[in-house]
Parts: sequence; C-alpha cells; structure tokens
Amino acid sequence: MEEIVRVDNLSFCYPDGQQALTDISLTIHQGGTVALVGPNGAGKSTLLLHLNGILRSNGVVKVFGRTVDDKNLKWLRSKVGLVFQNPDDQLFSPTVFDDIAFGPINIGHSETEVRESVTRALDGVGMTGYEQRSPHHLSVGEKKRIAIATVLAMNPEILVIDEPTANLDPGSKWSLIGLLERLPMTKIVASHDLELVQALCQRTIILDQGKVIVDGATEHILADIPLLVAHGLAPPEAD
Amino acid sequence: MKHSFLDRYSNLDSFIHKLDPRTKFIIALVFILAVISTPPIRWQVFALYLFFMAALLLLSKLPIFYVLKRSLVVMPFVLMIAIFIPFIKEGEVAGSYNIGLWQVSVTYTGLQVLWNVLIKAWLSILSLIWLTSTTKLPNLLKGLEQLGMPRVMVMILSFMYRYIFVVVDEVMRMRQARDSRDFGGSRLCQLRTIGNMIGTLFIRSYERGERVYAAMLARGFDGHSRTLDRLNFSQADAYFGISFSLVLILTSVVNLLY
Repeated sequence: MEEIVRVDNLSFCYPDGQQALTDISLTIHQGGTVALVGPNGAGKSTLLLHLNGILRSNGVVKVFGRTVDDKNLKWLRSKVGLVFQNPDDQLFSPTVFDDIAFGPINIGHSETEVRESVTRALDGVGMTGYEQRSPHHLSVGEKKRIAIATVLAMNPEILVIDEPTANLDPGSKWSLIGLLERLPMTKIVASHDLELVQALCQRTIILDQGKVIVDGATEHILADIPLLVAHGLAPPEAD
Repeated sequence: MKHSFLDRYSNLDSFIHKLDPRTKFIIALVFILAVISTPPIRWQVFALYLFFMAALLLLSKLPIFYVLKRSLVVMPFVLMIAIFIPFIKEGEVAGSYNIGLWQVSVTYTGLQVLWNVLIKAWLSILSLIWLTSTTKLPNLLKGLEQLGMPRVMVMILSFMYRYIFVVVDEVMRMRQARDSRDFGGSRLCQLRTIGNMIGTLFIRSYERGERVYAAMLARGFDGHSRTLDRLNFSQADAYFGISFSLVLILTSVVNLLY
C-alpha cells in the first residue's frame, strides 16, 4: 500500500510551555481508517492540526511524499480535509451554502464548480436542501454533518476528523458512523469513543501524554483491557 | 436555546421582500437623507414622510405592532440625550417653573429642537427596521459588499451575526450555573462573580476566535476573501428604486422651494 502520511520525530510545545507532543513517529497508508485514541489532553487534536500545516514544529511531516512547508500549504489543505471537534467553530458563515462554498472558493474554483461541489457535498452527508439554512438553527447532529460536508466539498484524499461523536445522542452517533463508513477516502479519526473505533477503524494508535503508546490492529488493542485501563480508556477495575 | 433574530420576518412573502437588497438599502439611505435634511418647522413634510414609510411597511406585510414596538426600543436613548435641550436652549420662553431654588424655563426653540430630534430619529429607525426585517441578513451583507463596502467590514458583520447568539447562549449557561450555586451573599461578592464571568467570557470568545481562524485556514483561507456574486437586479428593482427615490427627491425639492 502507498504511504500517504509520514510523521518523523515530531515534538510540539505550546507557547505557555505545555509539552503537547514528544517525539511522535508514525506512517499512514492509503485506504482504511486509523483511530487515534487517548484520554483528554493526550495531544490528539494537536497532532491532527499538524497534518494540514496549521501547527508546525521541528519534526518532519510529509504528505504524499512532500514535506509540509509554506509553499505547498494550499495544495496540502485541499488534500487533507480537517473537521474540527466543535461544529460551531467550523461553521462560521451566515448560511450553510456559504460555509460549504468557502473551501472550494478559496481553492479558486469557478462559480459552476463551486455550486456543484456544494450540491455534491450536501448529498454526500444526506443533507440535501439545507443550503439556505442558518447554522445556528441546526441540531448538533446536523451541524456535524454540515461540518463534514464543508470539507468534502474540497475533495480531500485524506479526511481527518476530531471527535466526530462528541455530544451526540446514540441515534445520531450511529447514523454518523454509518455515514463515515460510506465515505471512500482514507480517514484518520481522533476519539475516545471505543464503540466508534471498533465499528470503523482497522488500525488503532494509542496516544497518551504526547507519546505514541501502541500502534496496532484495533481488535488486538481493544482486547487488551489492562492497557486500556492504564490509559484512561476503560473503567478502572475494582480492587 | 432559541432567540428572536434581527431578520425575524425576513421570510414573509411580499413585493418588498422580493426586491434586491441593494435597492432596499439605497431606498432606506435616501429616505434617511431626505428626513434629516428637512427643516424642523415643516411638519407637513414629516407627515408626508411618515405616510411614505407607512406605505412601505404596509407593502411589506410586516406586523405593525412589531414594528412600532421595535421602533420604541431606541427612543429612550434618543430622549436621554435630547430631553435637556428645551431647558438650555435660549429663546422665547414657553413656560417657566420654580423647582426648589432653581428657576427652570422652557423655550420654544428648545422644544422645536427636541421635536426635530425625536421625529427624525423615529423616522430613520423605522426605515432601518423596514430594511432589516424584509431582508435576510446574509443577503443584506452580500448587497453591501456589492455596493462597495470593504470586505473586512462585511466579514466582521457576518461573524457578528453568526456568533452573537452563540455567545448569548454561553452567557445564559453561565448565569444558570451561577444561579444554581447562588446562596445569597453580599452585593460586593455578587459583583465580583459578575466580573469573573465577564473575564471568562472574554477569554472563551478569544479562544473561539483562534479556533474559528484555524478552521478557516484548514479550508484554504489565505487572507484574501472571495465570494460568489449571486444577486440579481431585476426590472422591478429598477422601477421601484427609481420611482421611490424620485418621489423623495421631489418632496425635498418642493420643500426647499416653499
């Protein structure tokens, strides 16, 4: 399989001195879904922000063999679609149409292409007909779908999603998991929702305190209860 | 949580609602200019303007009570500024009163200025309410942009429209959290809580701003903002805009000649 993302010795420290990532190295191959799990504050979101160049630091991040730098940011952002955890941050325009059109317009598509992308993206998340709605009036589940559509409209080859099921009721959660399953591109999902990981991801990487703890097949990792307990991913065992 | 929006009645169906936002914006602007350039003694002209505005409001099928209620909301601010004018303006005295040791007199010119300020403010507010209640805000912003308003201003307004209710929700949640732990306490103590809440709100908004910006970057934002043009200036717009502006201009000219 083709290697599409490579991270080498990546460390990142926030301006307030908090060490968020220490010496992360991993590779991701074409196809399938990779889970990035870990407790709160493990550095999952920070790592995701490196994948399309929003945060950068001393380590090397390569996407499709190209090192992330100032010159290829635009190319990179059309390849790697990043969906943020809070849809209220992701949806910042007065209407759903404007929000989904934002990416394609920035890439420089023509008006007809932009309209087509919007229609296709809305169709892809099962939200056809929502163009003129205001994001503020949508339910959390609807907002999540629109947030994914804003990224799908840019035709990314890698979809990176931060906590897709946070704040969703079980019904909306499973319908969102079904939706993600149908999307054909390579996906990287950060979450601590193990039901989602089991249903969706073939490979799992556990991240804790900014370090990669294990990296392997999901079925093996989810079966290792002591490991999950040690990293805050399962209920503590009774003494 | 649900809020009543600025453009609450903007999805009614009327002739006015179908007009291009730019037409409506220009009409509102011309109307305000005509109103503020009218000398205060011409009450007939003001009556005529009120009649025009009433016609616009009727055409747009807005609930009259709602419009009046909203127009009154701003009056206290205007009154607060203007209420003292009759007492300080010099001129022919309309009446004088003794309040304790002071002698207070009200002058005719002063009253005239007060009336002038009030009627002009009220008519202008009515026209703005008419504009914002018949136009969806996103369309109004598009219109302003195409009329040449700087893109940065339009973006600031559109972010404000998007996030004001998110922030209001946040304030409501914080207030509920405070009230559920509020067991009385001194006035001073409560003031301090409010101060902390304002500080927290500021930091949260600031951090949200950073996350929103990251979300914009993630979708290829590079500091230049681009939009699609999708407003259509129809024939009805041209006829209505031109004829209404002409009527207003005619009124002001006739008014000047007299």
